[in-house]
Amino acid sequence: MSATETKSLPGQRIELGGNGKLRLDCGVELGPFPLAYQTYGELNADKSNAIMVCHALTGDHFVAETHPITGKPGWWDLMVGPGKPLDTNRYFIICANVLGGCLGTVGPKEVDPATGKPYGLDFPVITIGDMVRAQRMLIDHLGIDQLFAVIGGSMGAMQVLDWAARYPERVFAAIPVAGAARHSAQNIAFHEVGRQAIMADPDWHGGDYLSHDTKPRRGLAVARMAAHITYLSETALHRKFGRNLQDREALTFGFDADFQVESYLRHQGITFVERFDANSYLYITRAMDYFDLAAEFGSLPAAFENTPVRFCVVSFTSDWLFPTSESRAVVHALNAAAANVSFVEIDSDKGHDAFLLDEPEFREVLGGFLNGCAEHKGLNRS
Amino acid sequence: MNGSTSSIRVDLQLIAEMVEPSSRVLDVGCGDGELLQHLWKTKGVDGRGIELSQAGVNACVRNGLSVIQGDADTDLKDYPSDAFDYVILSQTLQATWNPRTVLDHMARIGRRSIVSFPNFGYWRVRMSLALNGRMPVTDNLPHHWYDTPNIHFCTIRDFVALAEDMNLHVERGLALNGVGRPMGVTATGALANILAEQAVFLLRRA
Repeated sequence: MSATETKSLPGQRIELGGNGKLRLDCGVELGPFPLAYQTYGELNADKSNAIMVCHALTGDHFVAETHPITGKPGWWDLMVGPGKPLDTNRYFIICANVLGGCLGTVGPKEVDPATGKPYGLDFPVITIGDMVRAQRMLIDHLGIDQLFAVIGGSMGAMQVLDWAARYPERVFAAIPVAGAARHSAQNIAFHEVGRQAIMADPDWHGGDYLSHDTKPRRGLAVARMAAHITYLSETALHRKFGRNLQDREALTFGFDADFQVESYLRHQGITFVERFDANSYLYITRAMDYFDLAAEFGSLPAAFENTPVRFCVVSFTSDWLFPTSESRAVVHALNAAAANVSFVEIDSDKGHDAFLLDEPEFREVLGGFLNGCAEHKGLNRS
Repeated sequence: MNGSTSSIRVDLQLIAEMVEPSSRVLDVGCGDGELLQHLWKTKGVDGRGIELSQAGVNACVRNGLSVIQGDADTDLKDYPSDAFDYVILSQTLQATWNPRTVLDHMARIGRRSIVSFPNFGYWRVRMSLALNGRMPVTDNLPHHWYDTPNIHFCTIRDFVALAEDMNLHVERGLALNGVGRPMGVTATGALANILAEQAVFLLRRA
């Protein structure tokens, strides 16, 4: 999908940084730049019922509607909608495509106004903090003083923690799900494998593939395949595929996809390439790698000193990409800051992806936490 | 606000009465959040909880309470000094590995501590040991020696002596019978140590 095609996607697309550019962590000043977002539900009269949903690495702002490219349900359809935990009859849900993304917000495949050509690798390296700064510009634009809640899983959880640390007065409640306050060495390592796969593809052309009218399909597909394994648990993989063979009675003694799990991963890789930009994948994985709240604020408790924000930290037992120990480290820091914090570990064997899947306990806890927050904030039922 | 108080356990009710309205409370071993819910509904208390069992924690959070999964023995050290007006430990002291360290942290974190515990000096407990020569099993102490989570029993006199040793001043004490109702004896006295099945103490740093 080209830069011009993203303009025709559903949702809103606004220009930010026209007056007052966005100063990125790398030192570059960005603006004006486009930011794409989608909303569900109605903003109430005093603008007190807004919830910012922060999407994960390869997510986007089509949270609760049929995806305009894949035709699949929104990635958090289970969670966002009338009568669901993020109840659109009650709350105003906002989700923005992250900075560096590829579905409408400025990123490496968008046209650089200075050159008239796609940015490619001339796009500045962005951080989780930069993504959050751009989202803050969006709520300024919408006239929202304080978000009722900020919620997100995985990279979304990083943004949630960054929101709470950077703009505590703009956030009433923060819900980091399956996340961490820093990217671990193991996770950086997995990301590096993905990036190397992309950059090793001859069709990558040093990041300039759009000028060559191609894209590094094979490299990006391999990156996705490797990453996808980290989103699942061994139990979930075994339950789904075991050692079952793919459309054949016996091993072929070759390198075709003999096993169902191979076929599945290949399919994941191929379909991903259709909806995601390879350079965006490089930039966004880099942003996650650079994330380290403790380094930025001196220590993790210092990031949350005197915070008025109510936190609900959620992890899943079988998540080995963002294990419970990472969430617990956040909780310990919040306790050290005497913050108001809830922490639940949800029993699930579905791995990191559990936050996207049907986990009734997770939904109940989330709904209960939000109800409690609404009561404390005096948010009336409409 | 729901002023009804009849629904919660009697000993929790007595603890709740020791807490000033609108104060900050940390409930260590908060179970399913009964006390925290009561304190929020009736006294507007800003409450937090720590609970060992994940099922208890999830139930609390589902009900809108701020509770984390954690352990009194290992997780109190994270909290800064004077972060709370009250730190409550209800029927949990005897199940901790290091009761003195736990009490120490409670006194550091909270301006006041409220501790309730079963009295091992209760006469039926004494009789069970003295006459039967068996570890006591009562309504309030229903476990056998081999499956009990209670590893550090004390009598009321033991507790008062420890509080003195730790420079903790007893502001209030209540001697309770088996169903948690207060008895007409001085909590720190010798009679309470024989007649009371449980006790509640409100402590502050001396």
